[in-house]
Amino acid sequence: MLDVIDAIREPWEFGFMQRALLAAAFAALVCSVVGVFVVLRGMAFMGDAVAHSSLAGMSVAYFFGGSIFWGAFAWAVPASLTITFISRRTNLRLDTAIGIIFASGFAVGIILMSRVSNYTADLFGLLFGNVLGVSWGEVALIGSVAGGVLLAITALYKELLFTAYDATMSAASGIPVRFIQYLLPLLVGITTVASLKAVGIVLVLALLVTPAATATLMARRLPGIMAYSVLTGLAATVAGLYLSFHADLPTGPSIVVVATGMFLAALLFSPSKGMVWQFRRTVSLASE
Amino acid sequence: MKTDIKEKSQNKEGAGPALAVRNLWAGYDGKPVLEAVNFQVQPGDMVGIIGPNGSGKSTLIKTVLGLVKPLKGEVSVLGRNGPTERHLVGYTPQTELVDWDFPVTVADVALMGRYSRRGLFRRTTKEDREAADAALELVKIFDLRERLIGELSGGQRRRVLLARAMAHNPKLLLLDEPMAGLDATAQHQLLDLFDELRSNGATVVLSTHDLSCVSQRCDKAACLNRRLIAFGKPSDVLTEQVLGDTFGTHLLMVHLDGQAYAYQHHTHAGTAGSPVNGSFSTTPRTPPAPESEK
Repeated sequence: MLDVIDAIREPWEFGFMQRALLAAAFAALVCSVVGVFVVLRGMAFMGDAVAHSSLAGMSVAYFFGGSIFWGAFAWAVPASLTITFISRRTNLRLDTAIGIIFASGFAVGIILMSRVSNYTADLFGLLFGNVLGVSWGEVALIGSVAGGVLLAITALYKELLFTAYDATMSAASGIPVRFIQYLLPLLVGITTVASLKAVGIVLVLALLVTPAATATLMARRLPGIMAYSVLTGLAATVAGLYLSFHADLPTGPSIVVVATGMFLAALLFSPSKGMVWQFRRTVSLASE
Repeated sequence: MKTDIKEKSQNKEGAGPALAVRNLWAGYDGKPVLEAVNFQVQPGDMVGIIGPNGSGKSTLIKTVLGLVKPLKGEVSVLGRNGPTERHLVGYTPQTELVDWDFPVTVADVALMGRYSRRGLFRRTTKEDREAADAALELVKIFDLRERLIGELSGGQRRRVLLARAMAHNPKLLLLDEPMAGLDATAQHQLLDLFDELRSNGATVVLSTHDLSCVSQRCDKAACLNRRLIAFGKPSDVLTEQVLGDTFGTHLLMVHLDGQAYAYQHHTHAGTAGSPVNGSFSTTPRTPPAPESEK
């Protein structure tokens, strides 16, 4: 019994684990909320593209010794606006615009990183995150950016909801639809930047999509889906950190693996939409 | 409440048309779809816009809504120009343009109809929720208010969109193909509902492919094929000549027992030698609606 309590308490005796928990929880919180819109609007690869392309900004910052966070931020904002601009102003589809921005930013990032001597080790940190090395300053930064995004979503909730549901009608009601249609991808881009330290460029997509997808299987209405998404994201973060600490596994991937496990559980056992119950209902109907 | 709205609508009748479209040219990327369209809709009327696909029915509705800017000419709603008075107009889009998998309830959608009355950053109020509930009562789906929209039947889906359009008490309803895909019973129930809304003071403009609906239930028919081919009482307007000009094929209106049918001659090259060989392009309605009130 004491062993269990120790196992629960032990990680938080370390400063680096406390900072990791806060940083990852902020990231998971904002990702889970923004992720609901991402899943509803089919924007998953928008977030992935911004994350990958911001390697260019991170590399520039790294190269000149600036802040990697602000480097990523400075790249992510124009990247997400450009993707929206290209897909709205040309007849190219969104996924095409995403492909161009995704690969070009990543290519520029790799070229710059290759000019740095300890190339692989540093690149690995950027790609897969290094939440255990997060400083208090970075925790505060991630927290403020996440807070800013959540504040924007709260303030514009009914506009975001209406535009996501029915853009034409929403424009007819006098809602500034074009502004919202640029704002949402921008918020997704900023959210991925806030999450890069926690899970890295490659895995940020999972934090954005998996909790929201799990929630969609669990709840019916949007507010319920939001609540479940946040719950799933935070639970996966805490459980992932425990898994990482006790089994000595990389932290970002541990969080992603736990979140995926929760998604699978919802897929099978969700009270309303679980495949197991659906199967049992089908069987019992057939046997009547 | 009913008499209150009626009084207002009677006042409006003195004030001029519910909708006036003057020399309207509108389209996309500077290319006009609508050319020199002129007509006026009187308060309380129901107008059916007919025309083939691509004839500009949706463009006309979107221009009235302010979603498409006129290239030339003007649109005025209740004597007011421009999209400043958005709550005066209620709109329902074609149902296939709506995301029915979106996780919102019937009540949520009706409440969205109130957003035009609340500015940016503002929350909806108790008054808004009451108005949304009243709109759900009006279209008779209040008991479905907790349902997800994805769980509704075709007729119920039209009613949700209609509730959303009615929630801000508009004076003019613009309905883009409200009858498409409904069975005869649901169509009739919906048309009865439109009559009820009109008796409460609303003016209805709808686009449709259903000629018999226009000839039996609308006060005016607008025959559109990029230009306004004809506008007026259905019995005056729906002639062989006008329908031919509108649809570009040979259409006949046949009146049988108070019912109107559109009858199309096959004029394909392959059947050039065949004698007059027609088919009903619009299926007969059952049971026949008596042609009263006209």
